[in-house]
Amino acid sequence: MAPSEFLVNYFPILLFVGIAIGFGLLLVVSSLLLSWRRPDVNKLSAYECGFDAFDDARSKFDVRFYLVAILFIIFDLEIAFLFPWAVSLGDIGLFGFWSMVMFLGVLTVGFIYEWKKGALDWE
Amino acid sequence: MELVTDFFSGLGFPQWLAMASASALQIIAFLLVVALSVAFVVYGERKILGAMQRRQGPAMVGPFGLLQSFADLLKLMGKETIIPTQANRPVFVLAPILMLVMAFTAWAVIPVNAQWVIADINVGILYLFAISSMGVYGVIMAGWASNSRYAFLGGLRSASQMVSYEVSMGLIIVCVLLVAGSLNLSDIVMADRPVWVQIMLLPMLGVFLVSILAETNRCPFDLPEGESELSGGFMVEYSGVLFTLFFLSEYANMVLMSAMTTVLFLGGWLPPFGVEALAFVPGVIWFALKVCLILFFFIWVRGTLPRYRYDQLMRLGWKVFLPFTLLWVMVVAGSLLVFDALP
Repeated sequence: MAPSEFLVNYFPILLFVGIAIGFGLLLVVSSLLLSWRRPDVNKLSAYECGFDAFDDARSKFDVRFYLVAILFIIFDLEIAFLFPWAVSLGDIGLFGFWSMVMFLGVLTVGFIYEWKKGALDWE
Repeated sequence: MELVTDFFSGLGFPQWLAMASASALQIIAFLLVVALSVAFVVYGERKILGAMQRRQGPAMVGPFGLLQSFADLLKLMGKETIIPTQANRPVFVLAPILMLVMAFTAWAVIPVNAQWVIADINVGILYLFAISSMGVYGVIMAGWASNSRYAFLGGLRSASQMVSYEVSMGLIIVCVLLVAGSLNLSDIVMADRPVWVQIMLLPMLGVFLVSILAETNRCPFDLPEGESELSGGFMVEYSGVLFTLFFLSEYANMVLMSAMTTVLFLGGWLPPFGVEALAFVPGVIWFALKVCLILFFFIWVRGTLPRYRYDQLMRLGWKVFLPFTLLWVMVVAGSLLVFDALP
């Protein structure tokens, strides 16, 4: 693709992002001008159903969230592999198909292992 | 488009500036339509939910309460914006703006009619998939910056729910790509789909509809907000205009996901079921009607189903949808190869 064509295609997106940011800022700024603010200590404290917050909220959390993130990365990468494969399957034919079956087979073995290990369980 | 470009050239603008200004006008008009549609989706939701529960719904502002959303917007704008002392101020303010920008920017590649698209890039679906995934950052940022327990837990839950269902959404998109053979959204709409291929894609449409419910944190998957346990999830500390931005982007995302379904499965701007006799109706109308259909599905589900439990939600995503869509990708690919129907 020629650089100018590339620019013509993607420039509107850049413009779109700019205008969307402008729209968001416009709303925020106009509201800050419209509304009045009367802060006090209790209003500005973190909401905890009427109790004072005991300590910082950023404490330990369940490791399973971390596990989900790792699994997501593996499978999302796999999907990134599948995108170009899906578009060009007509050209690469049976060879491409069986290569992908091999790849997904290896992945499925890992997936079954995760499943048996209980990585997908939430109590 | 050329007309507007010529107008700006006539004003003595250089060529590139004329094109940029015409493009900017187009984008502003497009965004206004999206924002207006969000206003009426909110109104429609309240009205339909009201009808489902034998209530009237909003009826006071304007004829049939049509202006209710605008009144709400004005009221929310006039409210005080509270930023908790414990919060990270820059991130706290940035998160809703990021959400809104992502919810709007994804619209750049949606074709609402033949040739009616802001940026006709050749990897449209990749762009759409990438931008709609970026919403997770807004959620995580909001949950983290609030420095409140409810917001923190809500943000974590919300993020892991969104990424879980994104995996099956990605695999469903791969199925459609196999049939269409192109990453450009207009090509996907125009792709030739025999009836048996459409029947093969039907289960994927079902899974996709459930996934977009989870992806937009809508009922029955609205656990991140779960009032009864998290009292509002990652949005709990937000008020006034910052809350409005979250609200706007949530509904803009709903409309976006409906448009995505329309483009991937329902044939975009083409008349339904390929009936040539209906082709005299402009494509935009068909597109809008199909989007409205999916939006009605969103609201209908909300009016009907109770909320899922979190472990049920994760089980559905990882143990049912993921293996099924993975299998189905290979089934679709295999049968397209065997019957020599690949594009």
